[in-house]
Amino acid sequence: MQNEWLYIGIFLVIGIIVPIVPLVFSRLVAPRKPNPIKQSTYECGIETVGDSWVQFKAQYYIFALVFLVFDVETVFLFPWALSLKQLPLFVVMEGVLFIAILVTGLVYAWRKGMLEWA
Amino acid sequence: MLFLNDPINFISGWLRGLLTGWGLPGGLMTVIIYFIGITVLIVFAMTLDILLVWVERKVVARFQDRLGPNRIGPFGLIQPFADIIKLIIKEDITPAGADKLLYNMGPVLAIASVIVLWAILPLSAKIFGVDLNVAVLYLVAAGALGTLSIIVGGWASNNKYALLGAFRMVANMISYEIPMVVALLIPTILANTMSVQGITQAQSGMWFAILSPLALIIFLISAIAELGRSPFDLNEAESEIVAGFHIEYTGMKFGLFYAGELLHAFTFGGFIAVLFFGGYGGFFGLEKIGFFSWLNNPFVQAVVFLAKAMFGYWVIMWIKYSMPRIRIDHMLGFNWKFLTPLALVVLVNTAILSKVLVGLPNWGYVLGMLFSNIVIGFITVEILRAYGRKQRKAEAKPAPQSAHNQEQAA
Repeated sequence: MQNEWLYIGIFLVIGIIVPIVPLVFSRLVAPRKPNPIKQSTYECGIETVGDSWVQFKAQYYIFALVFLVFDVETVFLFPWALSLKQLPLFVVMEGVLFIAILVTGLVYAWRKGMLEWA
Repeated sequence: MLFLNDPINFISGWLRGLLTGWGLPGGLMTVIIYFIGITVLIVFAMTLDILLVWVERKVVARFQDRLGPNRIGPFGLIQPFADIIKLIIKEDITPAGADKLLYNMGPVLAIASVIVLWAILPLSAKIFGVDLNVAVLYLVAAGALGTLSIIVGGWASNNKYALLGAFRMVANMISYEIPMVVALLIPTILANTMSVQGITQAQSGMWFAILSPLALIIFLISAIAELGRSPFDLNEAESEIVAGFHIEYTGMKFGLFYAGELLHAFTFGGFIAVLFFGGYGGFFGLEKIGFFSWLNNPFVQAVVFLAKAMFGYWVIMWIKYSMPRIRIDHMLGFNWKFLTPLALVVLVNTAILSKVLVGLPNWGYVLGMLFSNIVIGFITVEILRAYGRKQRKAEAKPAPQSAHNQEQAA
């Protein structure tokens, strides 16, 4: 069990090293002649106006809120799904009830017009 | 003979003997053996990735009635290597004002997030990295890491188009994570385990693609969305935001994003094979007959697995090159109003039926599952058709009236 996660850890380390190798190699081989025009931000040839890190309106932020609720609650479904074979039908129906409550939340958000592109 | 039957244990046993002879402690020995095995696996994955560039270019050429690369080497097979040389000797331009650390982290994460998935990909019963008992959750976690690479790269480029691409990727992710997780719950229920080896072995008699075709469709759609491939390639929509998140990346950094995307698609083809098409096995009991016992050989299983993964990859390519891009609000609506409810219905159906049908013989179980899926699919299509009819009626009614009004106004 511990060895499995040791394996994953080593895998992650090598997985990060592998893409760095061609980058380092490219650094050694490729020419480097930076100048301000070359490094300027690309905007189809037009000169950049203002900072890029401005505030955008993320129109889907309400979707993101609904997503958060669902994402947390789907995690609870995994233990239920795993022990389904051992559980009596009554407990399975309780899980179904849990999903029904989730769906009620979705229907509520839908009826409230939250699932519309604002 | 022993090598052919169990190559990993054969080599690691031999190495262990060798290292013990050198007098190394046991813990260090394990690390060294893991290190060698992982390096071999990753080198295999990266070589495959280079070949995938050729496959992708050749297949898209055929879809578009072209020849594709055919100059360098037989059938243009050496072309990707020439591409790599070109990408490496290109100048690497970092845009002014970019967040240097995150800007360089983006492409590295893009490859790393795919490679870590290979740790749990079961090539055969004996050739695999590690058999985690939470492999399904690991798949979701590593997939989110790939999304993170795009967000990081897009944000750090200090470019408005790139930032828009990153924003759209977030929209993509919050759309498709839920159906994907729910679709992953269904193989978990059917196999009663989250380990990929367990799921593969549970399908030796019957593929989950037959038991629950709707789950397969939902997983395929959400996998394509997670990859950010057409029709969900909003994060790099060429006609709107030029190249999206990788607009400021040049040379090898762009190459890493590209290679990462291809390997990601292939890896998801592999997971579709594992979760729904029996992975390296799934011969419907054929391998138990003496004449076909060679199907149990790990190398044969690996070839079968790679063929199934390549088929999944091909389907993803097929969809990519035949479908136009969908609009972002349509994408969010498609997910939240269609895919998520459908996924939850299929989940409830599978949970209840796997409890109710448990007493039946095997063929009754399979037929019951398949039939319920077909019924749900049919009802879904009917609801969609009724909705479409209503929409068309609503559009058709006011149209002539408004034209009339305009005439009067003119």
